[in-house]
Amino acid sequence: MDEIQKRLLLEIADLHEIPEGAYNIRSNGEKAGRRTTENIDIVTKTDKPGIDIIIKPGTKHESVHIPVVLTKTGFEDTVYNDFYIGDDADVLIVAGCGIHNCGNQKSEHDGIHTFYVGKNARVRYVEKHYGEGEGTGERILNPTTIVHVDEGGYLEMETVQIKGVSSTDRRTEGDVAKGGSIVVKEKIMTHGDQYAKTYFNVDLNGEGASASVVSRSVARDRSVQEFVSVVNGNSACTGHTECDAIIMDEARVTAKPELTANHVDAALIHEAAIGKIAGEQLVKLMTLGLTEEEAEAQIVNGFLK
Amino acid sequence: MLRLEHIGYAVPDEKGEVKTILKDITMTLDERFIVITGPNGSGKSTLAKIIAGIVKPTSGKIYLDDTDITDYSITDRAKAGISFAFQQPVRFKGLTVMDLMSLAAGKKLSTGKVCDYLSEVGLCARDYVNRELNGSLSGGELKRIEIAMTLARGTKFSIMDEPEAGIDLWSFQSLIRVFENLYRSTSGSILIISHQERILDIADRVIVLESGSVTADGSKDKVLPAFLSGTCPKIG
Repeated sequence: MDEIQKRLLLEIADLHEIPEGAYNIRSNGEKAGRRTTENIDIVTKTDKPGIDIIIKPGTKHESVHIPVVLTKTGFEDTVYNDFYIGDDADVLIVAGCGIHNCGNQKSEHDGIHTFYVGKNARVRYVEKHYGEGEGTGERILNPTTIVHVDEGGYLEMETVQIKGVSSTDRRTEGDVAKGGSIVVKEKIMTHGDQYAKTYFNVDLNGEGASASVVSRSVARDRSVQEFVSVVNGNSACTGHTECDAIIMDEARVTAKPELTANHVDAALIHEAAIGKIAGEQLVKLMTLGLTEEEAEAQIVNGFLK
Repeated sequence: MLRLEHIGYAVPDEKGEVKTILKDITMTLDERFIVITGPNGSGKSTLAKIIAGIVKPTSGKIYLDDTDITDYSITDRAKAGISFAFQQPVRFKGLTVMDLMSLAAGKKLSTGKVCDYLSEVGLCARDYVNRELNGSLSGGELKRIEIAMTLARGTKFSIMDEPEAGIDLWSFQSLIRVFENLYRSTSGSILIISHQERILDIADRVIVLESGSVTADGSKDKVLPAFLSGTCPKIG
């Protein structure tokens, strides 16, 4: 792996070295490294590009890293990764995609990830997106995540896209069985002429199922963001979605909630707040000795932290 | 030492008529505890904001230790040594107590140091260091953190706008101890805007502001009896 690829890995997966535990590194559409463990198997799909990650029931405190890096301009990559998380397992999965595009053609990575979270299993899934490169070619990432949470299962998904991605269309779909939970925390910052759309759709099917989706975003320059959250409460369940956006310059942000209660005991809440940085916040930090620009940077960084 | 010379502030009201908020305020503030009091709407908070640079006066000059700071920005005044604890603390999503205290101090503070400041304002420190300054904190908690930030700044001139508001669960005695500790560490002046008798009681100097003008100014022994009985003598 060259220096650019190593740096991308650092940005998206905080990886300085080969990670501990199981991993699969994909570089420009090819397998660049893989390790399996006694409890975590990784198998290349034979019918389409992608891998199956199979985690044995009861696996505790293990992690899987599956970063993807793209450094060839004009490279378009679609990959299907399926995660089978056994009952009672408790694991960390780190994915992410870094694009370095120094050419003038678009580079695109579309990852379709499907999770089968077993009974009473717990998964923390972290996904980081990052783009760079001095070329004029677009850097496009369109991730799709499909989550099936079995009884008592729990999936927490953290997604971060802070820099350099020209366009992203993120879809997350899920269904949650009795007593299961899905928690999504999304952080996005767009600038320039970037576009980011988040579409979230979850069916809360079992009694006591819950979903929480919290999006915090900053839109600067002329960038455009759209946040759509659809929650269907089909049982005695709780759903909460929240979109909190700071808008700057000439940016635009749209938040569209769609909550449907199909059961009398479904409790669904949506909160959305979009606005510029409050003047009093800037003034307060300036009375502590920060310049207006420094104050703005602190507020934005804190908001996305 | 802070000197105000002929400070005036007027704004057009909704009918377009000029409304005078402050009239020709001239004073030198050099004492340890100076309390400005007076009825609501008398211009006290506006005066505090003018000193901090948040509001620009329509006339007059401001000097800090003989340096003309009239045209200084909020940032420049903060750097020159003026602190301002807001009457209504500001909430920040994402920024923690630790972050704000470090920004106030102008350097990264250790957890121990932040805890020391928080303990001074009566907050059980360890519970607060990593809390966000958002809606999860009560008004009283935010108010005390606001005061703790002034302690962390430790500048030669500190302004506290109604520091007693919302601190009912804490004692006045503790608040007064905070002022004394702040004075001990800075040897500067602390300007407090307050209606509270117990705070007026520790003042080295009491200034009464009514309808934008100073109507009484002097030691608490001289000013308070008349002010509290409602027969405030006009000065000058």
